[in-house]
Amino acid sequence: MRAILISLFAAAAMSSVAFSQPVGAPRNLQQAPVSPLGRTPNAPTAKPPASGGAATLIQHGQLYTAGAAGTVNNGDVLIQGGKIVQVGPDLSPPDGAKIINVKGRPVTPGLMASWTQLGIDEVDLVAETNDTSANQKLDSAAFNVADAINPNSTLIPVARIAGVTRSLTAPVACGEVFCGTAAVIHLGNGPDLIVKRQAGVLVDLEPTGGEKQANSRPDIWAKFRETLEDAREYWAQRSGYHRPGGARDQRSIRIDLDALGPVIQGQEPLIVRADRASTIRQIVQYAQGANLKLILVGGGEAWEVAHDLAQAQVPVVMDPETNLPASFSDLGATLRNAARLDAAGVTVVFQPQSNDPSHYARTITQIAGNAVANGMRWDHALAAITRNPAQVWGIADSYGTLEPGKDADVVIWDGDPLNVTSAPTAVFIRGQSIPLVSRQTKLRDRYRDLKHKDPPFAYR
Amino acid sequence: MPSKLPIWGAIAIVIATLLLAWAIIPNLHPTPKNEAVADQFPNDQFPSTYKPLPSRPIVIHGATILTGTDRELENASILLQNGKIAAIGLKVPEPPGSVVVNGRGKFVTPGIIDIHSHLGVYPSPANEATSDGNEATKPTTPEVRSENSVWPQDPGFSRALAGGVTTMEILPGSANLIGGRSVVLKNVPSVTTQGMKFPGAPYDLKMACGENPKRVYGEKGGPQTQMGNIAGYRGAFEKATEYREKWRKYWKSKGGDKPDRDIGMETLALVLDRKIPVQMHCYRGDQMATMIDVAKEFGFRIAAFHHATEAYKVADLLKKNHICAVMWADWWGFKMEAYDAVPEGLAMVDHAGACAMIHSDDPVGIQRLNQEVAKAMAAGRRMGYRITRAHAVGWMTRNPAFALGILNQTGTLEKGKMADVVLWDTDPLSVYAHAEKVFIDGALLYDRDNPKMSPRTDFELGQESNGSTGGAGQ
Repeated sequence: MRAILISLFAAAAMSSVAFSQPVGAPRNLQQAPVSPLGRTPNAPTAKPPASGGAATLIQHGQLYTAGAAGTVNNGDVLIQGGKIVQVGPDLSPPDGAKIINVKGRPVTPGLMASWTQLGIDEVDLVAETNDTSANQKLDSAAFNVADAINPNSTLIPVARIAGVTRSLTAPVACGEVFCGTAAVIHLGNGPDLIVKRQAGVLVDLEPTGGEKQANSRPDIWAKFRETLEDAREYWAQRSGYHRPGGARDQRSIRIDLDALGPVIQGQEPLIVRADRASTIRQIVQYAQGANLKLILVGGGEAWEVAHDLAQAQVPVVMDPETNLPASFSDLGATLRNAARLDAAGVTVVFQPQSNDPSHYARTITQIAGNAVANGMRWDHALAAITRNPAQVWGIADSYGTLEPGKDADVVIWDGDPLNVTSAPTAVFIRGQSIPLVSRQTKLRDRYRDLKHKDPPFAYR
Repeated sequence: MPSKLPIWGAIAIVIATLLLAWAIIPNLHPTPKNEAVADQFPNDQFPSTYKPLPSRPIVIHGATILTGTDRELENASILLQNGKIAAIGLKVPEPPGSVVVNGRGKFVTPGIIDIHSHLGVYPSPANEATSDGNEATKPTTPEVRSENSVWPQDPGFSRALAGGVTTMEILPGSANLIGGRSVVLKNVPSVTTQGMKFPGAPYDLKMACGENPKRVYGEKGGPQTQMGNIAGYRGAFEKATEYREKWRKYWKSKGGDKPDRDIGMETLALVLDRKIPVQMHCYRGDQMATMIDVAKEFGFRIAAFHHATEAYKVADLLKKNHICAVMWADWWGFKMEAYDAVPEGLAMVDHAGACAMIHSDDPVGIQRLNQEVAKAMAAGRRMGYRITRAHAVGWMTRNPAFALGILNQTGTLEKGKMADVVLWDTDPLSVYAHAEKVFIDGALLYDRDNPKMSPRTDFELGQESNGSTGGAGQ
C-alpha cells in the first residue's frame, strides 16, 4: 500500500527536514518590512481576536515557557483579549476571570508543525481535495498555498486537539526547480487562518530519480541560477519589462519573477530542500554570495555540514527520525542528526513524521521526544516546535513562547508533553478555548458501543 | 394438566433436532472432506537454512518483565539457554559460564513481531532497481512469493533490530487482488533469504481489498470497481477449487493423465486446504464483511485484516469470525478508505474481545512499534478503558505471533519458547525507551552499548558518509 502511495507521491517524498541557527543569537527573519512590491506581503492578514473580553487565568502550572524564563514551577498564565497578558507565580485574577487550576500539570506554548500541507490537503489521493502541488511541468514561485487554505479541513481539529496551533504550510511537488510559496497559518477558529501569506519560496535541489532524473544536479543548478539572474534583471528594470524590447526573453514568467523579488532582495527566505552534504555546502556558499536568507529543509546529511550551517546562521527544518539511506542523497542519515546540529549551534525546527506531516501533524511531540531520546536537550527539542519555528518563519513577535504580548496559544497537558502517552487537556489558540472535538472523536463516540444497536448508528 | 416430558424424551428431541440440522443446513464452513488420499501439493520449495547463532547462557536479573501474556513481573529474572527461555520468575538458576546482566530499573519484553513489513522487497535505498514488492502485471498473481524478492542486505533490517524487532512477516505489496505468498523472517544478518526464514512458520497469502487494485488496474483491463475486485477473488478461487479437484481425482485414481501443474493454482489450493491462511489488506468495515462471506463461500481462512482502519466499526464481526485486526496507532486520511481511522481504534477492537495488534508497513515505523503501542494504549485509556501495559505489550508480541501461527514458538516469555527477547533501558511504552539488547534464539544480535554489535549491511560498507554513523542508524 505504502509503496504505491510512495510511488504516486514520489515528488512529495521529502524524507526529512532539518534546520539551524545559533541558540542565543536568533536572526530576526522578520526584519525589513518594506517590500519591493510597494506593499507589505507578510503583514498578518488574519484579524486579531477580539480584544478585551473575559480573562482566563491558568493557575499552578508547570510552565515550559520556551522563552527567557525557561521553566517556571507553579506558575500562572493570564490570558485576555487573545493575548498572554502576564506570566508568573501567584497572579491575581481580574474580576470575572475564568480560573483554571491545572494542579501542577505541564503548560506549553501551542506547538508549531513546520513543513506540513495543513489546509491544502484533505485526502491525498482524492485530487480535488489536494492543492499541494503546482503543475509539475512548470516552475512556479508564484504558486502560493495561501490561495487554497481551507479552514474547514478536518485535519485542522485533529491536529489542534493534539496541541498543534500553528503550521508552516508548504507546497509538495516541484516543477523543475521551484515549487512555490509557503505560508504560515494558525489552527484556531476561521474563517481566516492565514498569519503570513509569504513565508518563503521553495526550491528543490535534490534530484528524486525516475523521470525527474532528466534533471541532473548540474541541470538543476543551471536553471536555478538562471532563474534568480532573470529575477534580478527583471527587478532592476521592472517598469520596462512589458515594453517591446524592454527586456530580453526570460526563462520564467512574470508572476514567478514577481514572487522572487523579496527573495533576491534577502527579505523573504529562500527555502531549499536538500539532503546530500555536498549540495548543502554548495547552497550555503551560494546563498552567502548572493545575500539570500536561506532555510534548509530535509537535511538528511546536514550534521556533516553543521559547522558551515551554524556559521552562516542557516536553520534546518527536519524530521529527526530519518535514519535510513532512503536514497543515495541520504546515506549519512542518522538519529543523531538533530542533536549534532543543535550542539553545533544550528537552529533546529522539527517537521512531523515526514511520510505524511499533515494527517500526522500530531506526531510533532513524538518527533521531538525521539530527538531527546537520541541526545538532544529536552528544552531545545521543545524550542524546535515552538520558539525556533516562530523565529525562522518570522512570527516571533506574536507566537512561540509563553510570554506577555504573545498571542495566547497555550496548551495544558496530562503528562510530559513530549511523551507518546500524553495529550492535551485544554488548548487555547489566540486566546480562544478550543473544544477537544474532531471528526475522529465523533466517529469514536458513534462506535464505542457496538452492542447498542437501537437506534442504528446513523442516529447516534 | 401439562404433561411432563420425561428427561429421556427431551434428550431424544435434542438429538433428533441436531441430526436434522446436520442433514439440512448447508455447510457454511466447508472443510476438506476425508479424502481417501490427502492432498499432496508441495509447500516448501525454498527451505529455511536458519540456524540460531551460538550463545552462552544469559541471565537478566532484577528487571520488570512484561511477558506478553498480560503479566508484569516485578524485580524478576530470566534465563536464556540453548536458544530457549529456560527459566523465568523471581529466582532463576545461574548456570556456570552465564553472562549476567543487571536488569535493575530496566524492562524485558518478548521480541517485537511486525506482521506487516516490506523490508527487503521495498528496501533502502528505494529506486527502480530495488523496487521488488508488487508484481503489478496482472491483478491475480498467486504464483509469486515475497521471499524470492527479499534483498537480505536491506539496511532497514538493522534499523528494525535496533527497535527490538526480532520477527517480521514480509508481504508482497497491495497492487494486486492476490499478491502472492508472504514469508516470515527472523531478523538476523544473512547472505541468503533462506538463512533468515523462520523455521516452520506457515506461509501466508497476501490479498488486497479496495482502492489499490482498482487504481492500478482500472485503466489496464480491470478490476475497475470494488465489485470487480470481489468477482476477481471469486473467479480465482473457483478455478483453484477445480484445480484441486483435478489433482484429487488423479491421486485417487493412482493412474490416468497427470494434470498440468500451475504453481499459482497450487498456492491457492493450499489456501483452500487451510494450510496457507490469508492476510487480507482491507481498510473498510463493509469490505471486511464482504470478504468474510467470500472466505466462507470457498472455505479459506482469513487470519487477519491488515491496516483495518475501520475494524473498530465491525469489531463484533471480527470476534465472531475469529479474525484479527492489524492496525496503526494513528495513520489516517492519506486515501479515502483510510479517512475514518481513529486513534482509539486498536483499543476499541481489543476491548470488544477481538484480536488486535500493531503493525508498521513502513521502514521508519517498524523501528518504534513500542511507541505506536504506547499511543494506542494511551488513546484507549483516555476513553475510559482499563489497559495495563502488560496487556498492551501483547499487541506487538503475542497477537502477531498468534496471527502468524507461531505463538507456540515465540511471541511471549514462557519457558521453552524461543529466546527472542528485548532488554529495554526503561518502560518500553515511552518515547524515551531504547532497546538496549536484543536477543534472537538466545544470541545477542544487537547491543546499544557496543558498536560492534550494531550491524551494518554490505551496502553500507565503504559509503564514506554512513561510516560516520554507529550502524543501525544511530
